[in-house]
Amino acid sequence: MEDEIELKTAPADFRFPTTNQTRHCFTRYIEFHRCTTAKGEESNDCERFAKYYRALCPGEWVEKWNEQRESGTFPGPL
Amino acid sequence: MIVLKWLFLTISPCDAAEPWQLGSQDAATPIMQGIIDLHHDIFFFLILILVFVLWILVRALWHFHYKKNAIPQRIVHGTTIEILRTIFPSIISMFIAIPSFALLYSMDEVVVDPAITIKAIGHQWYRTYEYSDYNSSDEQSLTFDSYMIPEEDLELGQSRLLEVDNRVVVPAKTHLRIIVTSADVPHSWAVPSSGVKCDAVPGRLNQISILVQREGVYYGQCSEICGTNHAFTRAPGNIGRLLSPLWLSRTTRGASHPRSKLLQRAAGAVGSRGARQ
Repeated sequence: MEDEIELKTAPADFRFPTTNQTRHCFTRYIEFHRCTTAKGEESNDCERFAKYYRALCPGEWVEKWNEQRESGTFPGPL
Repeated sequence: MIVLKWLFLTISPCDAAEPWQLGSQDAATPIMQGIIDLHHDIFFFLILILVFVLWILVRALWHFHYKKNAIPQRIVHGTTIEILRTIFPSIISMFIAIPSFALLYSMDEVVVDPAITIKAIGHQWYRTYEYSDYNSSDEQSLTFDSYMIPEEDLELGQSRLLEVDNRVVVPAKTHLRIIVTSADVPHSWAVPSSGVKCDAVPGRLNQISILVQREGVYYGQCSEICGTNHAFTRAPGNIGRLLSPLWLSRTTRGASHPRSKLLQRAAGAVGSRGARQ
């Protein structure tokens, strides 16, 4: 028997109240990676940021940013 | 029996435009209901002004005909009428502006936290949809492409230029966040019965929030000229088939989960077509 899954996604953020959510996605991505560098990869505290950016960012963007981080050309402040 | 079949099975229970339709499609969201109500509100004033102006015009033509009234009285100033014709139009425009702004800002506002985020990514000439609320890694998104079914492949009862192979399945009576973007040229994600028309701009994420009040199949087309096939061969039709929240929560578990395969299949079920060629 499977347990019920709670319907949950990235909440509305008062920093990004407009239709344009581009920064919302980018900021959540940066927040996650800053969190992991601060608390370590294993920390569960960062998981919610990961959920947020995955919910908001198109897969293609995340892929591109991951590649950029690996090659050290990511434009954001990490 | 034949008649019943003919009556009900050829008319798909869906929200699409009808031939020679004059008004809007039936509202599926509170926003669309608001738009329709505003339209009717404004139309009241429109008819009022039309009748009044026509009456003045016809009356002037009638009474000041050159045969009847060869030398009309020359009035150059009238304080009362000038006050009246300044104040009344401004009151009317206020009656139109206030509900209009109220609706405009309520459309923009995200009041509650959405329950589901769906990403609609425009391509030439199809749409990719991503559900990734339940991912546990970057690659697990439940992603599928939605192509329009070409005219020669349509089955009886399907709408030409509207039906797609994979429908977007979303829960009814749930706050949805739709993130609209594009991967190539500007597109526009529009579903008339949901009152949604949102430009899909490459490099930008536009958010719209909708709450679908009733279950049904809703159709939409690309609303931004996006190339040769914008209108015809492969217009990015987007269709939501709305089911109960419970159903989706049972089916979505990340792409690896067998139940999410069910979701993908259900999304394309009505056309009963498998993966696109």
